[in-house]
Amino acid sequence: MVINLRKLPDKKYIMPGNAACPGCPETMGLRYVKMALGDNVVLVIPAGCSSVIQGISPYSGINAPILNIVFAAAASAATGMKAAFETMGRDDVHVVVWAGDGGTGDIGFQALSGAAERDEDIIYICVDNEAYMNTGIQRSSLTPYGAWTTTTWKGKKEHKKNIPMILISHGVKYVATASVGYPTDFIEKLQRASKIKGFRYIHLLAPCPVGWRFDPALTAKVAQLAVETGLFPLYEYINGEFKLSPIAKRYKDPSKRRPIIEYLKLQGRYRHLLDKPEEIKKIEEYIENTWKLIETLEESFAPGKDRGKKIFDAL
Amino acid sequence: MGQGPILQAPETFFIAPLSRPAPGSVGKTGSWRTSKPVVYEDKCTGCMLCWLYCPENTILKTSNGKVAIDYDYCKGCGICAAVCPFKAIDMVSEV
Repeated sequence: MVINLRKLPDKKYIMPGNAACPGCPETMGLRYVKMALGDNVVLVIPAGCSSVIQGISPYSGINAPILNIVFAAAASAATGMKAAFETMGRDDVHVVVWAGDGGTGDIGFQALSGAAERDEDIIYICVDNEAYMNTGIQRSSLTPYGAWTTTTWKGKKEHKKNIPMILISHGVKYVATASVGYPTDFIEKLQRASKIKGFRYIHLLAPCPVGWRFDPALTAKVAQLAVETGLFPLYEYINGEFKLSPIAKRYKDPSKRRPIIEYLKLQGRYRHLLDKPEEIKKIEEYIENTWKLIETLEESFAPGKDRGKKIFDAL
Repeated sequence: MGQGPILQAPETFFIAPLSRPAPGSVGKTGSWRTSKPVVYEDKCTGCMLCWLYCPENTILKTSNGKVAIDYDYCKGCGICAAVCPFKAIDMVSEV
């Protein structure tokens, strides 16, 4: 599937003059969601930046019907909404949960896990800006190792929780990772997900200029660097088949990856790490381990192969 | 899943606090800007990458296949200038 930029709809899916910060990755992501899925989208948004971006009532900055709901109930509210649409005979509506990393990995996790286990027919998008940005950059369980936040001011000591892998373990129909730096890749994944019935999860990396402490002009660049350094591999898991996205395939070879320092030195949240090579080494080890896991999954769940056999031999 | 009866909303439906999409939900955000993007039409090839990446939807497609900028709402983040492969957008200081 090739996406022609000139054929993408030129509608105002994000209304100009909304309350997002300059260079916000969430408004970028929301535009792509609407471009890919069309007009029949209902958003369920738990507390987070996206609740604020809508602006002041009676106007909304996001051109979509939105249900604003509490943190812990996003996936369950979407479940109910989908059930209501089914009762009304509207099968053409996509119910999309647009949750932050706190609403996905920490507070909303039980609802997400429950909806995934029940295989509800919703699309869940986690827009991962790696901390609670809306309330003032507090640490979340998806904050990466070494990152500064207002609650980990010497750098976080734990690694990031791997939510996409947890969702794969739930046995859901579709899991993918995407980055706002590669919009066409994200749009393709959304279009593919929209054709599948069942629970679909997309993990979208969204570098936040305010919380990550970089120049707002570099939002797309930082999102691309996260993929190019191998820190955030892009992949798709469809119905038991695992494959790397075309963009991320070349970074399987460590020599083709950009050095991690290029990614770290752009961001103020890693400033205290730059003169500590042993800390940077830990991040490099994390990248190695991530790719080891990806290679195992790629071999074991390759499309068309005898699935799952190798993973049991390894145990 | 079976399709149930089609439900009709009762006529006296409760009034929910609804917001409607409209530009400028927090006012003219162009006043937030410290530097503004300027498009050089001779260098622009109309690849539409800036239009794709703009978080604000303030890049407008013009009739000759190039781009213009809605200065009323552009917050001046500079993503368009950073992603332009032909350096056709420049950030000019406004203060």
